[in-house]
Amino acid sequence: MSLFDWFANRKKTGLVSENRHEREIADGLWTKCERCDVLTYTKDLKANQQVCPDCGHHHRIFSGDRIEQLIDTDTWKPINTQVAPEDPLRFRDRKAYADRIRDTQAKTKLTDGVQTGIGHIHGEPAALGVMDFRFMGGSMGSVVGEKLTRLIELGTHERLPVFIVCASGGARMQEGMLSLMQMAKISAALERHREAHLLYIPILTHPTTGGVTASFAMLGDIILAEPEATIGFAGRRVVEQTVREKLPDGFQTSEYLLSHGFVDKIVPRTELKQTLAQLIRLHRPMGQVAIAAKQTETARQVETVLKRSD
Amino acid sequence: MATTERRPILLDFEKPLAELESRISQIRELAEDNDVDVSDQIYQLESRAQQLRQEIFTSLSPAQRIQVARHPRRPSTLDYIQAISDEWIELHGDRRSGKDDRALVGGIARFEGRPVMMIGHQKGRDTKDNVARNFGMPVPGGYRKAMRLMEHANRFDMPIMTFIDTPGAWPGFEAEEMGQGEAIAYNLREMFRLDVPIICTVIGEGGSGGALGIGVGDRLMMFEHSVYYVASPEACASILWKDAARSAQAAEALKVTAWDLKSLGILDQLLPEPIGGAHANPIEAADTLKQALSQNLNVLLELSSEQRRSQRYDKFRQIGVFSEG
Repeated sequence: MSLFDWFANRKKTGLVSENRHEREIADGLWTKCERCDVLTYTKDLKANQQVCPDCGHHHRIFSGDRIEQLIDTDTWKPINTQVAPEDPLRFRDRKAYADRIRDTQAKTKLTDGVQTGIGHIHGEPAALGVMDFRFMGGSMGSVVGEKLTRLIELGTHERLPVFIVCASGGARMQEGMLSLMQMAKISAALERHREAHLLYIPILTHPTTGGVTASFAMLGDIILAEPEATIGFAGRRVVEQTVREKLPDGFQTSEYLLSHGFVDKIVPRTELKQTLAQLIRLHRPMGQVAIAAKQTETARQVETVLKRSD
Repeated sequence: MATTERRPILLDFEKPLAELESRISQIRELAEDNDVDVSDQIYQLESRAQQLRQEIFTSLSPAQRIQVARHPRRPSTLDYIQAISDEWIELHGDRRSGKDDRALVGGIARFEGRPVMMIGHQKGRDTKDNVARNFGMPVPGGYRKAMRLMEHANRFDMPIMTFIDTPGAWPGFEAEEMGQGEAIAYNLREMFRLDVPIICTVIGEGGSGGALGIGVGDRLMMFEHSVYYVASPEACASILWKDAARSAQAAEALKVTAWDLKSLGILDQLLPEPIGGAHANPIEAADTLKQALSQNLNVLLELSSEQRRSQRYDKFRQIGVFSEG
């Protein structure tokens, strides 16, 4: 194959990341870190879950990558994939909301700003929701509200821990008060999940602000955050205008929230999966630990017997 | 309600009405001075004024309605509490932050013989008061005080009535530092857990999460000229139109009126206001509120706490518009 063909094929097979524009990739082979400017071989960066090996900067990733990183291969079962947005207010700012939805769907291949499903995390079944910042800034409208509510309800029904990876600018203005009410709706589902003594952990990634912060992002039994994410209720510019002075560096970051007691632990992306699995195991009642161990042992024995009979 | 004696504060769309009314009083004075009977003419002019007032207030644009909702003389939470209850003891503080938030008030009232917990945002009556009340914008301590009082109500089996009237939760430095998001989020979840009836009424401005932080209940009522929005039209205009001057357009687009919320399946009951707005006749507005609270409370008290909680869940569960399949 000539070098030219190789380049042409590479584009077709989708080796080039779909979000390369956001990440300012020179030619796809190498990626420049947006913080330390060091060039990293794109494949290596992907293998390192889009965390710069040099400075540890967490590049923005999207829902598909995140699911791939957290869920065991071939165990992901997406749910409610057909739930799609409408335009109940017939909203129009500089662009009609209906057009905005259509264009964003075409660009992202997503129906709306969250993917939900059931999968295994190092063998532990869990309900997972992942918000996608590409979809109108991860804003929360009726679809995000409905899909997360159903996910939590399913978690309650199936007695599963629920994890939500947050990335959102807040409520989606184009759906008006319907968006605001999703905050209450999701919180209601979380209340029932909590009553059932089940574990809920939000993972706050860059950025988590507005209505998401004022609802499910802050309602975790345990709250995790990625390093250096922006997390806050009011936007930084709004706060600056309110207090009429410049805010300290590091205001509204993960580290800031940790030191103020609103986040339990900052977890680098590369350690997130094992941390979640560990937390699931630490919350399993002792009796169930024994049962699970016994089941694994039985399964192993059955397998050995089957192998022998081959 | 000490507002009726003072000179009225006029909104720009009330100007034609004010001119007509000043002409009427001029004619009346003139007639009195010269001892002429002009009662027929006065009667005609007055009914025209009445008609004009009605026309103006039944065809308010969303932006104009927001002006009425933010009217400096609009009855506040404490005005209504005073008018509808027979006893009232205000309680203070969240027992955590070391500061009482005066933008959010609460206490125990006697309502038609029954002790109830009344909680609401409190705007100031004048500039000085407004500064002390932070223009009705609570800090996290305010929401935590509200939750503390609601827990109290739950323990002593008192129904909860909340009154919403805020431009929004305070977007300040300390508020962020103390966990504004967490304080509101916590209330959203816990209000679904409470056993006692909860009735929420938007009496003026329902500013986004800052309003919702005491706005989860079995019933949501709204006064006719009050508004409730996901983002203030000013903020929405500057974000989506990149132009704060487009706020009237944003107000229209955001669907902020009681009628809008009714058609979106969010609002349970619309409370009519006196012609000219609640501030034109606060006593009448308070009577309307009292009757509506009483009716709803009696219905809710017929239910068991399990029924109430399950209906409260269902009420919010069905909110949202999407397609599937």
